[in-house]
Amino acid sequence: MYKSFLIKYAEIAIKGKNRYLFEDALVSQINLALKKVDGTFHVRKEQGRIYVDTQSEYDFDEVVEALKCVFGIVGICPVVLVEDEGFDRLAEEVLSYIDKVYPDKHFTFKVNARRARKNYPLESMEINAQLGERILEAYPETKVDVHHPQIVINVEIRSQINIYSIIIPGPGGMPVGTNGKAMLLLSGGIDSPVAGYMIAKRGVSIDATYFHAPPYTSERAKQKVVDLAKIVAKYSGPINLHVVNFTDIQLYIYEQCPHEELTIIMRRYMMKLAEHFAKENKCLGLITGESIGQVASQTMQSLAATNEVCTIPVYRPLIGFDKQEIVEISEKIDAYETSILPYEDCCTIFVAKHPVTKPSLNVIHNDEKKLAEKIDALMQEAIDTVEVIHIEA
Amino acid sequence: MQAYLDNSATTRCSERAKNLMVKILTEDYGNPSSLHNMGKNAEDYITEARAKIAKTLKVAEKEIVFTSGGTESNNMAIIGAAMANHRAGKHIITTAIEHASVSATTAFLEEQGYEVTYLKVDRDGLISLEELKDAIREDTILVSVMMVNNEIGAVEPIEEAGRVIKAKNPNTLFHVDAIQAYGKYRIYPKKMGIDLLSVSGHKIHAPKGTGFLYIRDKVKVKPIIYGGGQQKGMRSGTENVPGVAALGEAAAEIYENFDEKIARMYALKERFIAGVTQIEGVTVNGRTGTDSAPQIVSVSIEDVRSEVMLHSLEEAEVYVSAGSACSSNKPSVSHTLQGIGLPKKLLESTIRISFCVYTTEEEVDYAIEKFKEIIPFRRKFTRK
Repeated sequence: MYKSFLIKYAEIAIKGKNRYLFEDALVSQINLALKKVDGTFHVRKEQGRIYVDTQSEYDFDEVVEALKCVFGIVGICPVVLVEDEGFDRLAEEVLSYIDKVYPDKHFTFKVNARRARKNYPLESMEINAQLGERILEAYPETKVDVHHPQIVINVEIRSQINIYSIIIPGPGGMPVGTNGKAMLLLSGGIDSPVAGYMIAKRGVSIDATYFHAPPYTSERAKQKVVDLAKIVAKYSGPINLHVVNFTDIQLYIYEQCPHEELTIIMRRYMMKLAEHFAKENKCLGLITGESIGQVASQTMQSLAATNEVCTIPVYRPLIGFDKQEIVEISEKIDAYETSILPYEDCCTIFVAKHPVTKPSLNVIHNDEKKLAEKIDALMQEAIDTVEVIHIEA
Repeated sequence: MQAYLDNSATTRCSERAKNLMVKILTEDYGNPSSLHNMGKNAEDYITEARAKIAKTLKVAEKEIVFTSGGTESNNMAIIGAAMANHRAGKHIITTAIEHASVSATTAFLEEQGYEVTYLKVDRDGLISLEELKDAIREDTILVSVMMVNNEIGAVEPIEEAGRVIKAKNPNTLFHVDAIQAYGKYRIYPKKMGIDLLSVSGHKIHAPKGTGFLYIRDKVKVKPIIYGGGQQKGMRSGTENVPGVAALGEAAAEIYENFDEKIARMYALKERFIAGVTQIEGVTVNGRTGTDSAPQIVSVSIEDVRSEVMLHSLEEAEVYVSAGSACSSNKPSVSHTLQGIGLPKKLLESTIRISFCVYTTEEEVDYAIEKFKEIIPFRRKFTRK
């Protein structure tokens, strides 16, 4: 029954002169999200409002699901738009709206009118009162409750009149594309897809790097990462996933360095490689799913040790989160089931029984000297052989 | 060069089976239940397939029920027999090393109030007939034993077990999972005291999604799939005519020049074992030679995890199975390998190699060569 959706957005409305940039980004993200939905949709800006119109057949739930993935949207309101043909005609439209949306009339309500167009002959309060009366007359089972109504019938007098009573919450945040791009270090785990989601929510576009270690990690482990990138891309838009073959670097570190330092040294080289691809792709920072103290490589000391090799900012949106809090978001974005598929990831292959938890930079610098002979060549090879997969949700 | 040595997972479809299948898919595609001649024509294919299969087992045609594969056959046999005979008792005997399509099914029946005894196996993976005999009770309605173990190729004493069961309790039904055995052994259910026999098509060069269950005449089994009453009500659903016909063809084909084929497979197996056991720390699990199945070899490789071995071989286009799929997230240790008492550190270092009639000596030699290259290299990098 709805031919239009009114899109509500909050944060971007306050951005001053840049406002149109944010609105344009939101419009283009909405268009992108609706590309995958059957039907033709037209997204338009009008007087600080965004509307999605359609003349075609479409599946309501599918549209709502797609819009729920667009950052920047605070509310999705299925709306009926009518021309101003006098108050009596408006009242009829409102009654017919209520009849279609609420077959069971046992509810309490209030009318909430707003006049954006001040030349309308009735004032807001008058509209509220008169429409309320008409509703009570037509549907005697209903009751007015101005303090805690079950249903708020919004009637906004604009160039067209907007009638809506349902506001489906959107994901909030800011439209992707308004805040540059960052490189996500994507493993097959629970944390990194959530970290990507969180940063994308602030309007940041995402690229990703995954470290593949065949034959220690399988094609299925890689497929799992592709699947996770697809889930993140539902929110962040297209992702260029860089698949780096890390096996030889890992084995070389294994041969040359003390075993308990393997993970930390490995992670330093991962950061370096990720930063390389970040810079190559104009990313302004790295994103990791680290959270303080979660594992040995995520103590304050270890984080400092991995951070040391980076010259661009590293964003760690989960830094203060407990595992359970991360899992909750992972479930919310439908990544959890994929994340827990049991494939070996490259960080755990050679993990020591007792890895260092308080690495000393001096010791690590010294041990890394043992890699001097081959590491540059191996790093270069990893860069040269990278496979880039373009991922769209 | 490529070496596909994972034939116990699945096999290539035979040309004869494929050609027949394509003809039925595109030309003779009638529904066997239709009254017109296209329906009759389709029905003829099924009758013919049934005849071909019945001949390989020396049983009556009406004793064959087509299914969607080994898993369904095992489910139908076990659940169907349990449902049909629960008034006679609720005790079932099986072994500790069955395939999941048996063990998960008996676990389901345990939830439904049946009692299940799991027979232990020795280090070669064989059950004890004594133990079997002791386990059979008056209320034992079903014994389910696999003929060839899918992981190590152990061959259970089926004929003897049949005798033991019938001597102790003539009312106890004997189900044999022959999914890895059919096409590798001549199996004659009537002589071996077998009441129910499960077979899968894609292990014998028929397509996936095909299989059958032999149900001895007069044996009571409840259907597990209900509907239009096809196959005398035992298995409703429009018959998979192309699949059934291809299965019949593949079954007939596999038993042609049978002794020669089996001898070839044993020779390949021997050749492979001789090659890989030259490598230090490589051992073969279970019995070898004609005391074991011709197509399956289970090898444990010290200090190389099975997944790493598998993926290293994969890089050389040698395809095998991991004995136990273990990963850091979800260890799933094989019941068979545990059952034969394999030391813990070898549980995660065991792979399965399996041959078929198409396997060549070149493939085997190539695989041996890769084993010799990979093992010493991967051993340098063990998890400390």
